[in-house]
Amino acid sequence: MTTESNSNEAYTEPGVAGMVADWSADKQAFDMPWGKLMMWIFLLSDTFIFSMFLTSYMKVRIAATDPWPNTSEVFAMEVAGVHLPLLLIAIMTFILITSSGTMAMAVNYGYRGDKRKTVLFIALTALFGALFVGLQAFEWTKLIVEEGIRPWGNPLGAAQFGSTFFMITGFHGMHVTAGVIYLLWVARRVHSGYYDDKGFEIVEITGLYWHFVDLVWVFIFAFFYLW
Amino acid sequence: MSESTAEHPIGIYLKIWLLLFVLSTFSYLVDWFQLQGYLRWSLILLFMFLKAGYIMAIFMHVQWERLALKWLLFAPPLVILVLVGMMTLEGDYIFWTRQTFFDR
Repeated sequence: MTTESNSNEAYTEPGVAGMVADWSADKQAFDMPWGKLMMWIFLLSDTFIFSMFLTSYMKVRIAATDPWPNTSEVFAMEVAGVHLPLLLIAIMTFILITSSGTMAMAVNYGYRGDKRKTVLFIALTALFGALFVGLQAFEWTKLIVEEGIRPWGNPLGAAQFGSTFFMITGFHGMHVTAGVIYLLWVARRVHSGYYDDKGFEIVEITGLYWHFVDLVWVFIFAFFYLW
Repeated sequence: MSESTAEHPIGIYLKIWLLLFVLSTFSYLVDWFQLQGYLRWSLILLFMFLKAGYIMAIFMHVQWERLALKWLLFAPPLVILVLVGMMTLEGDYIFWTRQTFFDR
């Protein structure tokens, strides 16, 4: 099916007319393997989940009468005696963006048929992902042990800070953790030659999930840490 | 689809990666310089949408997908804006009741 749809002339008309043709003609509406479409639909549903979290965070923050803790200071770090606001989060952001870059390269090498480099770059992506989760564990520990932040309250201000923070970053961290496992599993299968006959679409599908996790972090970074 | 995906040179991913790095640094600088008010919020949103756009368009290859998929991805999330609008009103109302009827 995959190879058929790729060589299919039925998906060449561009623009709105093409979209109408895709939907109305006697063919599948989306020109892609079913696995990729299912991943997109899963990501669309995940978009709604994270949007619900961020919207509820927005709502409780508007309604909070106690002052909202200053994230710039909560997540600050002292490096060699220098006070750096939000440093840990900035490092985590750069790590996740880098992992997205290596994943995009893995997808490209996959389609070129360069198996060795594909496995290497997927493994590198998983490594950056694991590093991200490690830093997040460090961040949580610091917040719980040193700052005394709990889901039901904290000494810095509005009680809602803790619940939204643990909910949103926890759910995102869970996605990253699942992604690392998913990546390692795919890397192992690419290495063992499992996809040699099936084609390397799976690398792109895995990549979509990974980029989505990065995408969600962009929004969390903006709305939770910077706002 | 897969033919067009394989044609992209690796360089484009490195360029976008660099661009995302720069944009992230810019958003970090917004906090560093402690910009406040509408300037802060508009800059945060600007850098956020630029980053999200580049990740989706280039890294996730949406730019090279057909219009049918683009509509599938971008039309449904628009209804979230309705929820955001409703929750803003609700939040303001609860804030007002707390201020008016409670001590704190």
